[in-house]
Amino acid sequence: MTSAATNDVLIDATGIEKSFPGVRALAGVSLQVRAGRLVALLGENGAGKSTLMNILSGVFPPDAGTIRVAGGEPVRFASPRDAQALGIGIVHQELNLIPGLTVAENIWLGREPRTAAGLIDYARLHADTAAILTRLDLPVDPETLVGELRVGQQQLIEIGKALSADARVLILDEPTSSLSSHEVDVLFNVIADLKRAGVGLVYITHKFEELARICDDLVIMRDGRLVGTATYGELTRDALVRLMAGREPKEIFQKTTTTPGAELLRAEKIVLPGDGVGRRFLVDHVSLTLRRGEVLGIFGLIGAGRTELLETLFGQHAGRATGTVTVEGRVARFRGPADAIAAGLAFAPEDRKRDGVVLPMSVLANASLADLRPALRGGFVSPAREHAHIATYLERFRVKTPSVDELIINLSGGNQQKVILAKWLATGPKILLLDEPTRGIDVNAKREIYTFIDELTQAGLGLIVVSSELPEILALADRVLVLCEGRATAEFTRADATPERVLSAALPDRAMALAS
Amino acid sequence: MTSPDYKAFFARFRSLLALGLMVLALSLLSDRFLTPDNGWNILRQISVNLCLSIGMTLVILGGGIDLSVGAILGLAGAVAAGLLKHGLGIPGTTLWIEFTVFGAILAAVFVGGAAGWCNGFAVTRFKLPPFVATLGMLSIARGLTMLWTGGFPITGLGDDFGHIGTGAFLGMPLPVWIMLALTAVFVVVTKRTRFGRHLYAVGGNERAARLTGLNVARIKLAIYTLAGALAGVAGLIVTARLDSAQPNAGLGYELDSIAAVVIGGTSLSGGRGSVAGTVLGCLIIGVLNNGLFLLNVSPFWQQVIKGGVILLAVALDKMNSKGRET
Repeated sequence: MTSAATNDVLIDATGIEKSFPGVRALAGVSLQVRAGRLVALLGENGAGKSTLMNILSGVFPPDAGTIRVAGGEPVRFASPRDAQALGIGIVHQELNLIPGLTVAENIWLGREPRTAAGLIDYARLHADTAAILTRLDLPVDPETLVGELRVGQQQLIEIGKALSADARVLILDEPTSSLSSHEVDVLFNVIADLKRAGVGLVYITHKFEELARICDDLVIMRDGRLVGTATYGELTRDALVRLMAGREPKEIFQKTTTTPGAELLRAEKIVLPGDGVGRRFLVDHVSLTLRRGEVLGIFGLIGAGRTELLETLFGQHAGRATGTVTVEGRVARFRGPADAIAAGLAFAPEDRKRDGVVLPMSVLANASLADLRPALRGGFVSPAREHAHIATYLERFRVKTPSVDELIINLSGGNQQKVILAKWLATGPKILLLDEPTRGIDVNAKREIYTFIDELTQAGLGLIVVSSELPEILALADRVLVLCEGRATAEFTRADATPERVLSAALPDRAMALAS
Repeated sequence: MTSPDYKAFFARFRSLLALGLMVLALSLLSDRFLTPDNGWNILRQISVNLCLSIGMTLVILGGGIDLSVGAILGLAGAVAAGLLKHGLGIPGTTLWIEFTVFGAILAAVFVGGAAGWCNGFAVTRFKLPPFVATLGMLSIARGLTMLWTGGFPITGLGDDFGHIGTGAFLGMPLPVWIMLALTAVFVVVTKRTRFGRHLYAVGGNERAARLTGLNVARIKLAIYTLAGALAGVAGLIVTARLDSAQPNAGLGYELDSIAAVVIGGTSLSGGRGSVAGTVLGCLIIGVLNNGLFLLNVSPFWQQVIKGGVILLAVALDKMNSKGRET
């Protein structure tokens, strides 16, 4: 970075460190945010970008390091409110909106204008909101419920929320992930306005093509460290990729070619209606097939219906969903996950803490939960038998734990995921549904999971892997099915699946063009 | 022993330690406390609460709460007493069924179990929050008890029946036998059966349990049914000991049993705790009540102190679980 007057430094973070159970997320990272400039933060998933931004915006404190705001004394944020009070705003990658409140209520949540009597001043609320919506070129009424908007529009509302706070520093974590190209143009105009007004911006992205239009400075991270800083234009694209990568799924993992066998699973016209707010169909007439020894990758942006599709296949929405599912040629009517499991399916959900593991139970009890029968002796659970039966699977997936009786809450995300795999393999499944199998998992565990997926494929299982990480899908899948807003928009063979083709099929604009 | 070990040890045996300290202090303060008679007295007194609390432990471990156990106790006791004393007429006929003591016992447990099943049905089929479903059952069971008894006690149930509450076997009071047997059965059920394991899983993470293929509804139905049946057993003990079924027997007992479960270290958010802990919780409450009585502390102060103990126990538990998360 070129030397600059220190008085335009809005945030000066030095030596930031942060560890989570089993993962060192940040190992001494420094970052400066300057007035009127946009610094792009580049790096693979898991590089520590979001962790750093969460620390700068007060979501959690660093283990070590200092943060100075506008040249002042080091500050310690106890909560996002503290950071907001100092003018630091953030738009998280995940949407944090309340679907049952209106656009205006969401944007001003916690900061509602009041009348003299102390009640919410709705006239001003709606007027202020209308002004922000105009800036975002978003033609919706301030009184619309947020749940009725498209995901892309919701993402813009998040940005509007940050704008409404008049932040001096604005952090944008992959803000364009589900925006249409027009919406991206609008956002970039807003960013240009903010820069002129002297706001400092931090921008996390995976998309190089966006950089040319908005970027001033670059910071590249890898494995929780800073691996490069530069002014935009100093580095060629190739140099950037080299700095970032080193752990592209295709580099850390070589897929073994297998010849797919007989058809295992066929799903036809799967429909999952919405719950009244938002889209009419969460899954909209999707059909797919899966063969023995094959990995079907499903790619889509946030809100594309990936998770909902897997849940429906697993019988979780019985009664609401329609469509036909056949397993090995037999029509299956799952009344719930138990039926799906009996038919040979297994499902490792995306949100492991919420849906995957029972946190207050031990590693062993989690791993044996799907089928306790082999652990029974005379009708009672025998700890010795349970141990003997499950230990093989825990070893096979190289679960790292002090003891199998350790509570699973104390394991890293990667090891929790391996326990879930062990649990399912102990049931002898034929079809494995994996939803974001490497989310929040460090690079070594990631490589291990890729290898397991490969081994299971060779062993004749059929796997469906859902991921929002394109490189992961391209590295793992024999075939790629692309979803956009609930519909299947394209299917590619491994040879045909280029990043550009898959991505363009996943974007809403393109989907509309295909439909018309 | 390093300091974290010491801490973990303390956390684990905190309830036992508290009980030990209480027994020690009361032995020093009152010469009537540490006598065999008083010991049996305490055990007899806690037997009813322990029956309820075992059921409550199952419910709370499974992520629910049951406010109706006291009312079910009253209903089951009244039904047993009424059937024993008057029998049951079949409406529209001249048939009249007489009940033996054994028949009355079965009827009480059945009525309790049926009321508990209704709780479970409301929770699983209609997705009512357990708090609401069991609050409704509390009122229904109280009302049914009044209808059945006409608001008057049913007395004079005979020595055979009274034996359940006042008799002894091998020198140990029968209620204590019942309590020990139920404790043994449910320690095994929770720790060594598939149902027990599934119970912890449902309470620990219901979504994960369902996605792992557990029949969550069936498990919950079983939990509430068992809690109701155990309240029926408690109703038998109460009725037999007094030789009378009082229409408002068991009033407020649900709160004592929730207190015992919580003091015993079971988390109200489900999935964490044990029947053994609940036994300790019941003993702590029993010893506390007994000691305060022996020390001539006014009953009003007894209530205040008991409330303080509950708050202290839960606060310690929270501090402990917070320490583990960070």
